[in-house]
Amino acid sequence: MKLAIMKLDGMTCPSCMQKIEHAVGGQNGVQDVKVLFNAAKLKAHFDPEATDADKLASVVQELGYTVESIKVKD
Amino acid sequence: MAINQPMLKMNMWFAKNPGKVSGTVGGLIVISWLLSLLHAGMPAEAIMYAGGIVGTVQVALRAWSALKAKTISIELLVTIACLGAMGIGEPDEAAIVTFLFLFGNVLEARTLAKTRSAVKDLTDMAPEQADVVQADGSTVATDIDDIDEGDHVLVRPGGQVPVDGIVTSGTGRTLEAVITGEAKPVTKEAGDKVFAGTMLDSGTLTVETTAAGEDSTFGQIVELVEEAQDAQAPVARFIDKFATYYTPAVLIIAIIVGLVSRDISLAITMLVLGCPGALVIGAPVANVAGIGRAAGTGILFKGGATVASLAAADTLMLDKTGTITTGKMLVHTHKNFAADENAALGMLSAIERGSNHPLANAIVAYATQKGVSEPAAPDMSTIKGLGLASADGKYLVGNDRLLAKYGVTISADVQAAIDDAQNAGDSVVILAIDQQVALVVGVNDVVRPGAAVGLAAMKKNGIKKIVMLTGDNRAAAERIASELPIDEVRAELLPQEKLDIVNAAQKAGSKVAFVGDGINDAPALATADVGIGMGGGTAVALDTADVVLVKADFATLSRAVGLAKGTTRVTTQNIVIAVGTVVLLLLGLLVGIVHMGSGMFVHEASILLVIANALRLLNKK
Repeated sequence: MKLAIMKLDGMTCPSCMQKIEHAVGGQNGVQDVKVLFNAAKLKAHFDPEATDADKLASVVQELGYTVESIKVKD
Repeated sequence: MAINQPMLKMNMWFAKNPGKVSGTVGGLIVISWLLSLLHAGMPAEAIMYAGGIVGTVQVALRAWSALKAKTISIELLVTIACLGAMGIGEPDEAAIVTFLFLFGNVLEARTLAKTRSAVKDLTDMAPEQADVVQADGSTVATDIDDIDEGDHVLVRPGGQVPVDGIVTSGTGRTLEAVITGEAKPVTKEAGDKVFAGTMLDSGTLTVETTAAGEDSTFGQIVELVEEAQDAQAPVARFIDKFATYYTPAVLIIAIIVGLVSRDISLAITMLVLGCPGALVIGAPVANVAGIGRAAGTGILFKGGATVASLAAADTLMLDKTGTITTGKMLVHTHKNFAADENAALGMLSAIERGSNHPLANAIVAYATQKGVSEPAAPDMSTIKGLGLASADGKYLVGNDRLLAKYGVTISADVQAAIDDAQNAGDSVVILAIDQQVALVVGVNDVVRPGAAVGLAAMKKNGIKKIVMLTGDNRAAAERIASELPIDEVRAELLPQEKLDIVNAAQKAGSKVAFVGDGINDAPALATADVGIGMGGGTAVALDTADVVLVKADFATLSRAVGLAKGTTRVTTQNIVIAVGTVVLLLLGLLVGIVHMGSGMFVHEASILLVIANALRLLNKK
């Protein structure tokens, strides 16, 4: 399991958070996902065999949110 | 994926330029109005349709992306309402509603950013780079994420310490207010600990990294605050859950109303009025502003629930040593029996200088402050549990039992001085020279400055009972308590007994806030309704306490209680505003004075009102 931490931009309402959590959480290989609304951060544990951080970032962008930076930690 | 690309791009553009879209819609509305003033009916209506369509497309795109994530969003309600409005020939309603909705979103984003500014100030202080020392002695600027434990980093004068670590070489003075609350520079030399985020005021240090980035104490503080702002108070969590079902429910109710009444206009107005805007945002925004404000002044709340329980607390229990007192020993009294007082104090200081005991340090500091000159110290050896003695017994430093062992006569005067000091709760150190008592010194730790004022302020702020708990003897505890507005003193306690007292008070119906340093009172901290750690930003305090006071003083403690009350008050006000708005709008709809456009206006106004209300917390002292 790896941990992806993304800094997001453009979250204006808590329902944005729900959207992102649903969408990223539904991806194959994602174990858990947490969106920190106020810090505009996303933290997701994922299986590096099944997916990667860039894939998850593109899911977020498809919803219409900018991903400012991505960090991956073991 | 290919099909989605243009749509994705459009969505991104809209997301990045909400101001431009709402501006366009607003402009089209104004042009249309001007044209109709000039009685140009057809073009005016066409332009209004254009405005309605531009606005609706923007909102619909967001609704679609939410639907894909299986979420029924406010945007969906607005989209359906606007499509309906244009369908029944009311493009002006659609244009106005989308304009207000989008413009409102822009204002919300701006003001919300402000509520987060206090924490942003904190995160902006996080170090980003460090100068890592290479094998050849040169340094390479390295991103903080690539620093490993054991890396040696160089910190230059005026620079920020980038990592937690141990100084390996160099000396300097650091400003650690962000971690410990201490405003004065602290001298650092080889072997001392330094913290990421602190500033090197002067000097140059080489530091061996123990933790960097998010693992450092500073990183943990930032993470704690970030998570706390999202950790809602129970009332907010309830509303969050409620809103999840509320939005789809509004959609269903509007459909039923439309089918039953055959009045599309009524049904789509209900969709707009049903948007749960202020209700969803009212409570969390208070939490964000309150916790953010607190973090900016050195008070770390672990979440909304903690804020609520501190606001509800009616009993404050405090540990004595290290909490009510500074935990630092100081000379409290001294009585002289020697011919030359300064010479005696100088000798005592010279002897104590060789010892590392806290009592000895206090005496040396006291003598240094008095400016007495020290003679060369005689050779002393430790008599366990009693004190220090020179080999020939000429010099004795210790307690009364040491004097008895060496056969020193204790006169009535000396005995009175010893009794006085002991009754005041002091630890007593006696100096005897040539079988004559020269000095009786009472040492104690001192009450934190501002304790009386801070505790009194808390009594005004709803704390009904203040209890002091301590493992020390009763005399010492009573002496400290007598200077302070403390209602009850429980002395000579074991850590387990502190826990029992907290439990008993809770069983009796009290809401207990426990204040401690987190070292020997962790069980009580964890059991209390809210545990407040006064140990500064230390790992123990960060782990066990619900509220951490970075700056360990009573003004901060009192401010924490005040902020908790203020935040809870704003939360309640915001819920009243939000629920009141929905009720008023529905009443207005029933009597027929509220329409789609005016409904959306009131709605957006109520959202901005709850945000503005929360922003007041940012200026709270």
